[in-house]
Amino acid sequence: MEQTVEYAHATGLLSGIWLLVAIPLASATVLLLLGKRADKWGHWLGVLAVAATFVLGLSMFLSLRGLEAEARSAQQSLWDFITVGGLKVDFGLLFDPLSGVFVLLITGVGSLIHLYAVGYMEHDPGRRKFFAYFNLFVAAMLLLVLGNNYVMLYFGWEGVGLASYLLISFWYTRPSAATAGKKAFLMNRVGDAGLAIGIFLMFATLGTTQYDGVFNGVSTLSGGTVLVMGILLLLGAAGKSGQFPLQAWLPDAMEGPTPVSALIHAATMVTAGVYLIARSHAIFTANETLQTVVVTVGAITLLMGCIIGAAKDDIKRVLAWSTVSQIGYMFLGVGLGGAAYALAIIHLLAHGFFKANMFLGAGSVMHGMHDQVDIRRFGGLSKYMKWTWLTFMTGWLAIIGIPPLSGFFSKEPIIVAAFEREGWTAWLYGLAALLGAGLTAFYMTRLFVLTFHGPKRWTEDIHEPHESPLIMTVPLMLLAVGSIAAGWLMSTSVPDWLEPVFRQEEAEATPVLAHWLLTTLSIVVTLLGAGLAWALFRNGTAEQEQPAGVLVRAARRNLYTDAFNEAVFERPGIYLTRALVYLDNRGIDGVVNGLAATVGGSSGRLRRLQSGFVRSYALSMLTGAVLVVGAFLAIQLGWLA
Amino acid sequence: MQDLKLPDIDYGALAPMLILLGAACLGVLFEALLPKARRHGFQLGLALLATVAALVTVIIERNTRIVTIGGAVAIDGPTLFLQGSILMLGLVSLLLIGERTVEAGGAFVSQAAVTVGSQKDLRQAGSQPGATEVYPLTIFSLGGMLLFVSANDLLTMFVALEVLSLPLYLLCALARRRRLLSQEAALKYFLLGSYASAFFLFGVALLYGYSGGVDLAAIHNAVADPNRSEVLLYAGLALVAIGLLFKSAAAPFHVWTPDVYQGAPTPITALMAACTKVAAFGALLRVLYVAFEGVRWDFQPVLGVIAILTMLIGAVLAVTQTDMKRLLAYSSIANAGYLLVGVLALNKEGLASTMFYLVAYGFSVLAAFGIVSLVRDAEGEATHLSRWAGLGRKSPLLAGVFSFILLAFAGIPLTSGFTSKFAVFGAAIDGGQTWLVIVGVITSMVLAFPYLRVIVMMWLQEPGESTPTVSIPGFLTSAALAIGVIATFALGVIPAPLLDLTNDAAQFVR
Repeated sequence: MEQTVEYAHATGLLSGIWLLVAIPLASATVLLLLGKRADKWGHWLGVLAVAATFVLGLSMFLSLRGLEAEARSAQQSLWDFITVGGLKVDFGLLFDPLSGVFVLLITGVGSLIHLYAVGYMEHDPGRRKFFAYFNLFVAAMLLLVLGNNYVMLYFGWEGVGLASYLLISFWYTRPSAATAGKKAFLMNRVGDAGLAIGIFLMFATLGTTQYDGVFNGVSTLSGGTVLVMGILLLLGAAGKSGQFPLQAWLPDAMEGPTPVSALIHAATMVTAGVYLIARSHAIFTANETLQTVVVTVGAITLLMGCIIGAAKDDIKRVLAWSTVSQIGYMFLGVGLGGAAYALAIIHLLAHGFFKANMFLGAGSVMHGMHDQVDIRRFGGLSKYMKWTWLTFMTGWLAIIGIPPLSGFFSKEPIIVAAFEREGWTAWLYGLAALLGAGLTAFYMTRLFVLTFHGPKRWTEDIHEPHESPLIMTVPLMLLAVGSIAAGWLMSTSVPDWLEPVFRQEEAEATPVLAHWLLTTLSIVVTLLGAGLAWALFRNGTAEQEQPAGVLVRAARRNLYTDAFNEAVFERPGIYLTRALVYLDNRGIDGVVNGLAATVGGSSGRLRRLQSGFVRSYALSMLTGAVLVVGAFLAIQLGWLA
Repeated sequence: MQDLKLPDIDYGALAPMLILLGAACLGVLFEALLPKARRHGFQLGLALLATVAALVTVIIERNTRIVTIGGAVAIDGPTLFLQGSILMLGLVSLLLIGERTVEAGGAFVSQAAVTVGSQKDLRQAGSQPGATEVYPLTIFSLGGMLLFVSANDLLTMFVALEVLSLPLYLLCALARRRRLLSQEAALKYFLLGSYASAFFLFGVALLYGYSGGVDLAAIHNAVADPNRSEVLLYAGLALVAIGLLFKSAAAPFHVWTPDVYQGAPTPITALMAACTKVAAFGALLRVLYVAFEGVRWDFQPVLGVIAILTMLIGAVLAVTQTDMKRLLAYSSIANAGYLLVGVLALNKEGLASTMFYLVAYGFSVLAAFGIVSLVRDAEGEATHLSRWAGLGRKSPLLAGVFSFILLAFAGIPLTSGFTSKFAVFGAAIDGGQTWLVIVGVITSMVLAFPYLRVIVMMWLQEPGESTPTVSIPGFLTSAALAIGVIATFALGVIPAPLLDLTNDAAQFVR
């Protein structure tokens, strides 16, 4: 049966949706405009703005919950954004169950990370600027999830890209940070171009970019058009979410301050790709090939992230590759379609908690260890940083999927769903997901054990690592509670809540293996991976990089993806630029200079006619007059015609 | 014997001209009766007052559409719009003419008859206040221009042409500095102007022979009658057009322009570049649109070639100029070409866009010459281009304003230069004159070079030893500059009100 998408008009409290974007934006503007005058209190304004947005978002969420299931959406059109010819774009916002959970995630986790950053950035002279950018990010991210059309989404999309760029290269005096910022910017451009063309295609084929118009019109499009449109959107999603083949920027983005890594490059912005696909589910479910492409991208990325993550020694990079891999799970989920959409969103929310928890934990470790990031030089920290250790442990257990922590409730159903595909593909994607779970357990356990247990391998300058102040540990504790409880809380409520958005009937399919068997299997694989890592790294590790086999060497070099990018895109690009410069200098400039010389030369010669003598002027006027009169007469008397 | 019938005269419609010409006569009396020390204030006040009063009457008469004094004068939409434009631009020109603080005594010589270079001349160049005859002369000239754009028969037009030209010839000779150049310019202008007037008059005679009348409506009716001598018609049309093209500075009748623009006192150059251009094109529009509408397809190609030649010569020759005033003169020639493109659209949009262009260009060029009058050294104005190097370092505000005006001349968006070029080119394409527009765009690009070169010189070169100082503009020049710059910007950003006005006005009465 044909389902049409309709959004209700915003009323009551929900008519203030625009405030969600406006509050952090206003705060960012104030912080940027006031400059140094706001240095003393600017960070508190930043925290306050996000906290206020959270309170507002929560009350809107609750008032949305008070509505009938089918009426749970509120649309608001603020003004005409673009009106050119047939293109009409509203500056319009939409608060529905899907954007509602994102608003809670962004502002909720965002508030905690803002609070943490007050402590983390305490000694940084640029703290006010940092909070301005951070607020700007929150505003853009909220616009991204609250827009009611693709152009609004794109607006927010570029806004978070800008904020991400500014924050990755926040310590712009470090060459590595500046380069990482540029890399993120460039790779995102590739994806953003795809998204932009996808939106153009929507306008060209459907005449609108409004969500309801697009979703209702998808069924009128040919399969090929839907495929191309979906691939373009997927390209955008892959760029923003660090998915294969555009994953290389995300680990480098860890050059930014740790709260940035936690909020932007783990919990929220990088999941925008998942949001885009979930939001566009009408397009993605309309074409089976498209879904297969998404699933494949997800599976490749999740394995790749695990393998590379297992070989890295930088605590933030391990976490970054783990993010890449976990978002791979989410892509797998949204690619599977059906009930798995909701599963992917649950994993996204759970991941937001436990990954933010671990990133902030890593920041706390670095805070106590003089900004050391090499896990080979940690060890035995559990005695010195009790709270960091405990909260990190919840995150670790959550991500590897030990019941009853949140990762178990969110990841295991995705693995099961992968086994529910038809035929041999069930085995392919199911086993990939299962293998990923084992590898995740391995590298996360390695990270945890090497950091907090085993012998001390500290550098000489560290004597007594200190625990972080309360302003940093309290957000950690709150996030730890989330890591423990969120999965169990969400496992049944969220699918119901999202039902009006995805409108998927309960999946009838059965997995190729029995459900209980799969669950047991995934727990066993996880325990195996964790146990292996425990056994290997219980007694610490070498402090220097050791020679290793082919696979480990490849993993250390990011599976040669950077080398591939350099060989296939960067070098030919450089050669092309050089060739074009040559062509420009020799060819185009030659023509232009030749023309200029011609003009200049004829100007110089003509100038001599301007002799200054009245007699020659009069003569030239007379000649002109004779010619003009002659021309008139000639035309008229037919001498020329 | 038949009774002599007096023609009806609508004094209200003629009031702007009557006010100006009356004020000019009064100015002559002032000159004779007032003590020398007080003349400047009175004369300037009278001139400004008369111009404002005339402008007010134009505005009051804005809905008049009438042919009066026996068909000699037509007061219609274009007349009133162009008269208003001439008066507004003339007002700003008067501000420049009245400036006396930039140079002691003003830009005009005290006694033009004194032999150049004599002891007496050196004394008067030093300190004596400038001649105040310039005000009545300017007002006479402006009055002639008002009549020129409203003349409905060719003899009235000829009289108006002489009324506007003769004072200009005199004014050109009155420069305080570089008197020889100034007098040479005046003489050249006078000789060539008379020469062109002769062409015009000869054309009028031929057209009288052709149609049996000199008023435009009679010629229009005669054109519709196939049993007349076409040789007389086309020879007459060609010669009248030559007379008007001379005043418009279209090639090959532009030869006087660079020498006269360079030699004349800068405020007078500004007056000629802004007001005379409006008057000349106003008359050309009326003659072509009213009298010769029936043979439009015959004159279009010939005038099209002239337009192309004008644009090319103006643009190409501007490239190698080394004197700022000559550069602006060639720019003015090229702009005459663009205006001709608008005229040759031969439709309502062509008429409207040409009128818009005249106003927009007039304000910009007034500001440009106003700035030229400020950049000076001990010898007077430093007009050689090399002297402008590094000006941006020494006086950023002035160099910034001049850069803005140059960008407007180059037709960069957000300036009136862009909107006005866009309007005339758009009208010409609608009128089927794409070939003219192509040449127009190409020459605009060529012309951008000399403008940008000046900007580069001002900003990117180190100030040299010889970079002149910039005088602090007095109140009058500041006001003129401000009006010119604001108009250039405003017409670039919100051109719609003026475009609507020109569209409403774009209908001749016959």
